Amino acid sequence: MNTLQMCLVLSSLLFGIGLAAALARSSAILVLLGIELMLNAANLNFIAFWRFGPAPEAGTGVLFVLFAIAVAAAEAAVGLALAIALYRHQRTIRLQEATRLKG
Amino acid sequence: MNLALIILGLVILGSAATALSIRNIVRSVLLLVASWFGIAAFYLWAGAEFAAFAQALVYGGAVSMVVLFAVLLTRRGHLDVPVPPPPPGRLLWAIVAGGAVAGIIAAAAIRTPFESLNNEAPSLPVRKLGALLMGPQAAALLVTGVLLTAALLGAVVIAAGAKDDKEGAP
Amino acid sequence: MSADIPEMDSRLERLPLTLRDLLTAHLPEPWRWIAQSLIAIAVVLAAFGLLFAFLTLIERKILGRIQNRPGPNRVGWGGILQPFADAIKMLTKEDIIPRSADPVLHYLAPVALVSFSLLSLAVIPYGRRLVALDLDSGVLYFFAASASSELAVFMAGWAGRNKYSLLAAMRALAQLISYELPLLLSLVPVVMLAGTLSPSEIVAAQSGWTFGLVPHWYALTPWGFAGFAIFMVASLAEANRSPFDLPEAESELIAGHLTEYSGFKYALFFMAEYFSMCALSGMAVTLFLGGWQSPFAALQFVPSYAWFAIKLLVLLLGFIWIRATLPRLRIDQLMRLAWKFLVPLALINLLTAAFWHLSAGWGTGAQPLRWGIALALVAVPFVLIGRRLSSGLGPRTYRYAAP
Repeated sequence: MNTLQMCLVLSSLLFGIGLAAALARSSAILVLLGIELMLNAANLNFIAFWRFGPAPEAGTGVLFVLFAIAVAAAEAAVGLALAIALYRHQRTIRLQEATRLKG
Repeated sequence: MNLALIILGLVILGSAATALSIRNIVRSVLLLVASWFGIAAFYLWAGAEFAAFAQALVYGGAVSMVVLFAVLLTRRGHLDVPVPPPPPGRLLWAIVAGGAVAGIIAAAAIRTPFESLNNEAPSLPVRKLGALLMGPQAAALLVTGVLLTAALLGAVVIAAGAKDDKEGAP
Repeated sequence: MSADIPEMDSRLERLPLTLRDLLTAHLPEPWRWIAQSLIAIAVVLAAFGLLFAFLTLIERKILGRIQNRPGPNRVGWGGILQPFADAIKMLTKEDIIPRSADPVLHYLAPVALVSFSLLSLAVIPYGRRLVALDLDSGVLYFFAASASSELAVFMAGWAGRNKYSLLAAMRALAQLISYELPLLLSLVPVVMLAGTLSPSEIVAAQSGWTFGLVPHWYALTPWGFAGFAIFMVASLAEANRSPFDLPEAESELIAGHLTEYSGFKYALFFMAEYFSMCALSGMAVTLFLGGWQSPFAALQFVPSYAWFAIKLLVLLLGFIWIRATLPRLRIDQLMRLAWKFLVPLALINLLTAAFWHLSAGWGTGAQPLRWGIALALVAVPFVLIGRRLSSGLGPRTYRYAAP
């Protein structure tokens, strides 16, 4: 197993941890953190392929990671603003209680 | 070189797993921040200096604070913030799902024969990155700028709340 | 740091590198790099540690003299051993940890704060070949390290399980985040005109003198002067110094996020504040004041690290002077200053710097016009936005009680 494959296994394990956290936890903030972790795992993947793949001088991997970091930060800010707005309505951020629109 | 990768991997995975499974949410956020710094160290190991410092600055210096503010603003007024652990059924299914996805991706990665890998450390000076951002990738830069502005305005509007909300601001 | 030193520098200039090579030249290759790095780390720690110690003394003496009193003068001749007395006092005080405090975070917060402040000292070029870590994106590294130290402020406020220190930590965090923006925006023109993020190259881009008398430092151009002023105000706020020292003021929320700390941990917080003040001043010297360059061509015989030290001390004395003179700002005044005053000015400064760069080709006859336009672009928004923000806070009218 060469180094690239080790990096890919690392990023897939990180993705799995993020996915499990997003599915299992019931606090809106922890779910958002799981999603952030999944985004980070994908970024890891990009950097691994940039490092070991052909033509790293083109810098595409690094540029994509920069944009992904910026977008993930914006999404974290908006998601947490949503969590605060949710808290204002129901005084708790347990996602199981957000059932107002349920049929 | 692989030893550094293994140590980094253990730090990243260990702190992420611990962070998302303990009950104290503030310690959870701080451990996740440690994991983000570990990822920045990974980028440094891979030679992407600019991405590493951008990751440290954005995640460790900004997103962490947004998350901490959100944690503090959504408490019921207690100083202690325990989060209930998930019920065992759901936890089991979540771990199965996460493990399955990770296993499929990892298996695909291990079984693919990667040839002609670039083994010497690439160097991407910041000047070249800037030239790429202003030239071929300028459209992506502009779109990201518009998106960040929209996200900022949206977050301000949502978090400020309706002025005529009868609940009143907390 | 290379092992070969060109012979054209004077002996005094080459002194640190000669000493370092004396100690490490006999080691084989990988050990030599490790030994040189360890020596660099030890020298930076020792130099800034001593600077911190004597800066506390200098600050108290200068504050005292400005307030018409002598300052500490009991310990040693003229008070010179006061820092050591303070160190002994801090080390021997009882370290109290509240029973309900979070022990891990309580211990980790001052350590993390000091570590991040020290990390940011690594990329500053102290002399012609004296930079500990010559990174291609050194400026970004510096601000990543100082942004990460804000986390430790939160940890400190949270760990005490005290609502006052938590509230104060949130206010401190709000202040630090708000002033990050003018800090970073004010150095974007420098990066734009120098074309690089590496501090040693930014210093090299400011070399040269006009007629041997006027250096080409960025602070001596209109946009550079505005950028330097904004950077200084923002770094006062980033280092929690007066007039922005609301987070640790004794009359506000006890001691702010430091309420639950005593003894050496308290000293570590202050050490971190002084280190970050020194680091930000060092970066200001590098970005705006030409780093280790001499101000006049004739004075180049003075070693480069001496010029850096002189400029750094001038900036630090400026910080101390401001502390003695200006009253503290309230949290809302502070936030208003950051968001409504400094950020628009920094953005307009970007335009001024862009104009300056694009008009670099104008001939000598058009130079006064170029300077005039640039100075107008700097001064007019300053006056207009300043007037608008302080409208309604007119001149004070005093009413006296009837006799």
